[in-house]
Amino acid sequence: MANALDPHAAIVIEAGGLDQGGTLKTADGQPLTRALARSSRRARRRAFLLVLPLLLFILITFVVPIGQMLQRSVKNDGFSANMPQLSAWFHDHPRGTEPDDAAWAALAADLTASAEARNIGVVGTRINYDMPGTRSLFTAAGRKARGGIAPPYRDAILAMDKKWGDPKLWAVMREAASPYTANFYLAAIDRSRDETGKIVQAPPEQRVYLMLFMRTFWLSLVITCTTFLLGFPIAHLLATLPMRKSNLLMILVLLPFWTSLLVRTTAWMVLLQQQGVVNDVLVWLGIISDSGRLQMIYNQTGTIIAMTHILLPFMILPLYSVMRTINPSYVRAARSLGASSWTAFRRIYFPQTLPGLGAGALLVFILAVGYYITPALVGGSSGQLISNMIAMHMTQTLNWSMAAALAALLLGGVLLLYWVYDRLVGIDNLKLG
Amino acid sequence: MALPKYASPLEKAWHYAYLVICAAIFFFLIVPIVVVIPLSFNAEPYFTFTSKMLSFDPSGYSMRWYDSLLTFGMQQPDAPRGLSWWADVWHNAKWVQATKSSIIIGFFSTVVATVLGTLAALGLSRPEMPYRRIIMAMLISPMIVPIIITATGMFFFYSNPCEPLTWIGLNPSCGKLAGTYLGVILAHATLGIPFVIITVTATLIGFDQSLARAAASLGANPRTTFFRIIMPLILPGVISGALFAFVTSFDEVVAVLFIAGPDQQTIPRQMWNGIREQISPAILAVATLLVIFSIALLTTVEMLRRRSERLRGITPH
Repeated sequence: MANALDPHAAIVIEAGGLDQGGTLKTADGQPLTRALARSSRRARRRAFLLVLPLLLFILITFVVPIGQMLQRSVKNDGFSANMPQLSAWFHDHPRGTEPDDAAWAALAADLTASAEARNIGVVGTRINYDMPGTRSLFTAAGRKARGGIAPPYRDAILAMDKKWGDPKLWAVMREAASPYTANFYLAAIDRSRDETGKIVQAPPEQRVYLMLFMRTFWLSLVITCTTFLLGFPIAHLLATLPMRKSNLLMILVLLPFWTSLLVRTTAWMVLLQQQGVVNDVLVWLGIISDSGRLQMIYNQTGTIIAMTHILLPFMILPLYSVMRTINPSYVRAARSLGASSWTAFRRIYFPQTLPGLGAGALLVFILAVGYYITPALVGGSSGQLISNMIAMHMTQTLNWSMAAALAALLLGGVLLLYWVYDRLVGIDNLKLG
Repeated sequence: MALPKYASPLEKAWHYAYLVICAAIFFFLIVPIVVVIPLSFNAEPYFTFTSKMLSFDPSGYSMRWYDSLLTFGMQQPDAPRGLSWWADVWHNAKWVQATKSSIIIGFFSTVVATVLGTLAALGLSRPEMPYRRIIMAMLISPMIVPIIITATGMFFFYSNPCEPLTWIGLNPSCGKLAGTYLGVILAHATLGIPFVIITVTATLIGFDQSLARAAASLGANPRTTFFRIIMPLILPGVISGALFAFVTSFDEVVAVLFIAGPDQQTIPRQMWNGIREQISPAILAVATLLVIFSIALLTTVEMLRRRSERLRGITPH
């Protein structure tokens, strides 16, 4: 019974239980080292078995889906699966080969077949990702090809549309002929391939993603700073007040923490509207005129204000738990040695709060980088972050591979920060409430 | 926080300025939550205080937005309010349906997350646990990875749960999990698990292993020891973990938007639609109800935390 809980309790050493060789033995005559190794192995197995169900659960419902997403970011068989003959031609002929009669025949056959199977739209969409404006080329060709295309194929297809002779189009189709591609990652950093396969920057009007990544990074940094500026005094006050008072004030921090995210976002929408409470109060106080009401929402200001409010508890709680442990006599000693209160704060108190500051700042930054709901509701167009672009590709343009590539890049950044957090703070030290 | 006797006038001034700044920040924290409550009783469809409301004229206030929560989606909202009217509410009102879905999904995902999470936390807090750090990091990651990424991955997985099996050469076919209650419940359980792990391991840090040994030495088998000794001691942590998991599910909208079907219309999803399409003070009525709900939850968690500290003999210093 006892050994179920404490394996080491099972090992009883008999008085004077040394054999001739001088090794210690257990009651049933085994060498002690071996018995110990076995029992600790058993204990490890038992601990691991407790964790195993959850590990499997997370593996299946979380890690595998992320893996599926990563696969989707490099795989798109919209073209290769529906245009098998042309894909085979590309496979057999190296880059730079001019399309010959066999290529045009393969194109004609594939166009006819996929038009009849009604998935020419899928093919066009795939090419359209790499070369905007080409989807209609495929759908139009599909309509004309339904009855079959008569030879000579080259002239027949070029008669449908001159664009079929464009070397760029053939280069893009060659790329798409393989189901695996890195093009979505290239697109996610505003790059694409030209006819010769060289990586070039996208035209200026199509460069959006790098700007969005930069903006996400910049806004998260700003929000981390504002939460620090607002959180530090509060955490300090809570840590230095007597327990009864600070527990009472803590409720004011914890209530927002427990309130639904959508409720808090809605509340800010209500407060910050042009006809909302904040503007009304400012007009009433005479700070602004009725015609000069401030636009504080549906732009970056709205995103910053609402997200600062939402993430503030994540800064206050780690700071508070560190500040509580700081011994006040250090500051007193500094003062007694002649330091001004500012010097005592700067040289003695502040350095001791750095672990809490690091933990809070990293946590806020990690959470801010991936925020979706609040920017989507209060951000307007200038307050959108990269996660909103992912959602747009998932639900509106249905360019899932692009969404997956953007998500993978964001995931890489977040995991890097998570690793830093684990190194500096330790994931076990994460506390809630 | 008292000012020392030797403080200079400048320091005194700074001290009071500091208190004012703190008060302003507390105001910033709490005002958005408080302000929606009176606004939800607005008689007019505006999001600001009307002059009637400011002069406390009773006609400036009404319950119409709360009433609209019941009537929205009903077949005959204008029928006399008898038993059949309430039956109509129960079966057709959209917010009532949303509450039902939220509770079903929240309950089952909480059960899954709590059972698996508590077992794992018991294993993780044993000193013999191998690869503890990396496993812990992996189990916490659903909380750290942005929800939009998790939801994107889940969208692919739940629309074709058998696809990963093709990676190892199998080719089975199976149905979808997207658009089913089971899918949303599993997704929400995944998102709630880190909270259970964190709260239960925090409770186990101060756990005195010799209590379990004492039980065993008095002849209790492992099961009895678990249910009679360990469980009552860690129960406060388990319950607050469960509450966290429930709130996570109850407040979650992105995964629901991506993987739920029309049948799994939860409260946050209904709110999301309401805010995006035509925001009306009815949203504020829902918000008020949710604020009251979170106050109740916060109170419960605080009471549990204190009980847990008392049980484990940790007194607040």
